[in-house]
Amino acid sequence: MTLGPKDEAAGEGAAGYTVGPMLAGPECCTPEPVIGVRGLAVSYAGVPALKHVDLDIYKGCVTALIGPSGCGKSTFLSSLNRLTDLVAGCRVAGRIEVDGVDIHGPDVDVQALRRKVGMIFQKPNPFPLSIHRNLDMPLREHGVRSRDERESRIRAALSDVGLWEEVADRLDEPALSLSGGQQQRLCIARALVLQPSILLMDEPCSALDPLSAETVEKMIVGLRGRYTVVVVTHNLAQARRIANFAAFFWVRDRAGALIEFDTCQRLFEAPAHDLTAAYVTGRSG
Amino acid sequence: MTSLRISSLFPRTPDGYIAFGLGAAACLASGILLLILIFVFGEAWPALRTIGVVRFLSDGAWYPTDGAFGLVPMLAASFALAAGALTIAAPVGVAVAIFRLHYAPGWMKAPYRGLVLLLAGTPSVVLGLWGLMVLVPLIARIEPPGASLIAGILVLALMIVPTVAIASEAALESVPRSCWSAANALGLGREAALLNVVLPAAREGIAGGILLAGARALGETMVVLMITGNIVQMPDGLFTPVRALTSNIALEMAYATGDHRASLFVSGLALTLLVFLLSFAAGTGRRRRHA
Amino acid sequence: MPDFSSVRRRIFAPQARDGALRMAIWAAAGILFACAAWLMLDVAVRGAAGLDWRFLVDEPARAGRAGGIGPILVSTGLILAVAIAVAAPLGLAAAIFLAEFLPSGSRFAAWTSISLDVLAGIPSIVFGLFGNAFFSVWLGMGFSILSGGLTLACMILPLLIRTAEHGLRMVPDEWRHGAAALGMSRFSSVWRIVLPAAGPAVTAGLLLGLGRATAETAALVFTSGYVDRMPSSLLDSGRALSLHIYDLAMNVAGGDRNAYASALVLLLFLIVVNGLAMSFSDYLLRKRIAA
Ligand SMILES: Nc1ncnc2c1ncn2[C@@H]1O[C@H](COP(=O)(O)OP(=O)(O)OP(=O)(O)O)[C@@H](O)[C@H]1O
Ligand SMILES: [Mg+2]
Repeated sequence: MTLGPKDEAAGEGAAGYTVGPMLAGPECCTPEPVIGVRGLAVSYAGVPALKHVDLDIYKGCVTALIGPSGCGKSTFLSSLNRLTDLVAGCRVAGRIEVDGVDIHGPDVDVQALRRKVGMIFQKPNPFPLSIHRNLDMPLREHGVRSRDERESRIRAALSDVGLWEEVADRLDEPALSLSGGQQQRLCIARALVLQPSILLMDEPCSALDPLSAETVEKMIVGLRGRYTVVVVTHNLAQARRIANFAAFFWVRDRAGALIEFDTCQRLFEAPAHDLTAAYVTGRSG
Repeated sequence: MTSLRISSLFPRTPDGYIAFGLGAAACLASGILLLILIFVFGEAWPALRTIGVVRFLSDGAWYPTDGAFGLVPMLAASFALAAGALTIAAPVGVAVAIFRLHYAPGWMKAPYRGLVLLLAGTPSVVLGLWGLMVLVPLIARIEPPGASLIAGILVLALMIVPTVAIASEAALESVPRSCWSAANALGLGREAALLNVVLPAAREGIAGGILLAGARALGETMVVLMITGNIVQMPDGLFTPVRALTSNIALEMAYATGDHRASLFVSGLALTLLVFLLSFAAGTGRRRRHA
Repeated sequence: MPDFSSVRRRIFAPQARDGALRMAIWAAAGILFACAAWLMLDVAVRGAAGLDWRFLVDEPARAGRAGGIGPILVSTGLILAVAIAVAAPLGLAAAIFLAEFLPSGSRFAAWTSISLDVLAGIPSIVFGLFGNAFFSVWLGMGFSILSGGLTLACMILPLLIRTAEHGLRMVPDEWRHGAAALGMSRFSSVWRIVLPAAGPAVTAGLLLGLGRATAETAALVFTSGYVDRMPSSLLDSGRALSLHIYDLAMNVAGGDRNAYASALVLLLFLIVVNGLAMSFSDYLLRKRIAA
């Protein structure tokens, strides 16, 4: 088992799991935008939830979205893979480019977009199928015919999230029989198995016990470099530990707005905006 | 209420085509009602045109082959049967629901529910058979011939008690527990709390159930066909044999032709309208409760 | 300890009322139990007397007084098969469209919902009229198993759609979102995730529909007809079990014994079907409580 240079963190995870080959690579957080958001505004049934958001997400970096409840972080995240399409009455305006392509363009294949931009939800949502089938089914749906390839990708994804050793001998058991932390890692594996380049995570640790949360957190660190990660978190300490960049959202004029975006270190240590300063030092929010 | 934008519902993707197919199925399913109305009305139309609505109500008797088309005795019989059955079934059904929820000892609850559901699932032809073989002879001992309004009322009541009971149970269960505790905190006993607080709170749900049960009784065919005697006359006493609208259709459809057949469709149409009104009233109560 | 009883007596209704109410509730529950037990025992005892294996397979003889119900069971099975084969896919497709594809609150959803409610309330004899006018006469199917089965399909469709739609809506959105986030098409998320999760509810609805169709008599009188021979095709007339009971009880002197035996067969079949439906919906309930 090869360990990449930046994988110590993952390697000594709470559960002491092994790391699969997908993670083995140099960290390459480069300030090269893969997602460009310009003038994004989202409203639900005519009520604005987010206004005037301009933001670049950089390749291979972890970007943390922070801010008080209801400021539109989840909304922002789900507009990136157009999951907002599923919400009746939700309108999205503005331009979002992923890899230079406007995701609202006329020829865009939403399914291909979502395959490239994986998402992990706050509450683990494994399908009511077996563990194996949870990973196998999306692959089949995306036309991966070769059984060998599916098996090897499943195994790699499970190893990446440190589940392989825990579940290798019970892959046919229902996924819902796993513990909460295991379910969440299974969901991450389910996203990874499609080999996305971008991962959106909406408070992935907040429904988990501290130990599982730590495991998942270490795993995210391990993903850095290989994947572009956008993660919403209410845990500021966690944001500082895992993120390269941070974006601070706040409710302004009854709608969420992006207040400040910077490298994680600067946003926390030398925020440019008073609101940010107040929030990160715990004086508000 | 948002209007439908066809293009957004059925995009030109595989998903869109599937949605189109499923939508067609939904249209077909909800179009069946229209089809039924069109056909029943279409078959009834000749009679409505040549005989006219008024004569169905003003003709004194029902001799359709001799040009007498009075539906009133049968309408009255149908109403008397349904009203009589409701008079018995409504209180009994509500009482049964209360019994199951608040009086039955723990061990009895599940078997009693099973019994109510068993009765709810019993085919009306079996109820009719029992009425014919058991109840009618008993009534005949009191006053012949036995096959009469009262026989129909009793068996119909037995048939619709489960409807009332099931709806009432749902309504009573949806009364918040806080109502009970508030009543208990006032020192009200179980009966006082039921009468003053819980039953009024569940009023609309129970009323909806009773209306639905009434609609079922009004539309029932087999029970009344088998045990009410099937003689066309005004129901002037509990022991009078009568013929309901539904039984009339079942009895005469087999050989009816021309205006006779059309007038049977007219009575079917009338029946449908009455049942509509009842279930619409029941639905209005339900909608108001949810609003 | 102060004595509140005098206060209580003045403010609240007298104890006598509470006692009377309690007695009335127990009495109502007891009467319903007694009647239901009487009915069931009557059918069980008198039915068992005529029931054996020969009865299930033999041809009826002497207008049903003697012999068995072999061909009638076959006809019943065929009628039910036609009804389910048509109603199940149509109902499921419509339910999927309503629950998964149609934005709630659209005008089409409102219209469909009303039309299904109304359809569910139409008296079965009117379904019979419609079936006769549309399937038997207009489409030229005559008195046939096909015509009867299609009529029953129309009748149970609202029940199937409602239960399936309800089951689909109970499936949490998280799974739909999870599937969408994996880039699965809407249809495959329904087909692979939502529908299997709603499986027990859909099955329960299907069984309830089957039970309803089996119990139905009036809608078949002038659609599938009376012929009690073994049917040779779906276009043959075939007598349903419920209709056989009616005919023996009403039109055949001395048919009681076989009417009861047939009623017992019908009742036992329905108990199995409805019991299965209940166990599916109970299973759902337990799972929801556990989750
Ligand atoms: N499906 C929806 N329908 C209507 N309004 C919504 C919907 N989802 C979110 N909103 C509204 O949009 C605003 C932003 O919500 P969002 O969920 O994006 O906030 P958030 O920052 O993720 O909050 P939290 O930290 O609590 O998750 C809120 O005012 C919320 O009420
Ligand atoms: Mg959120």
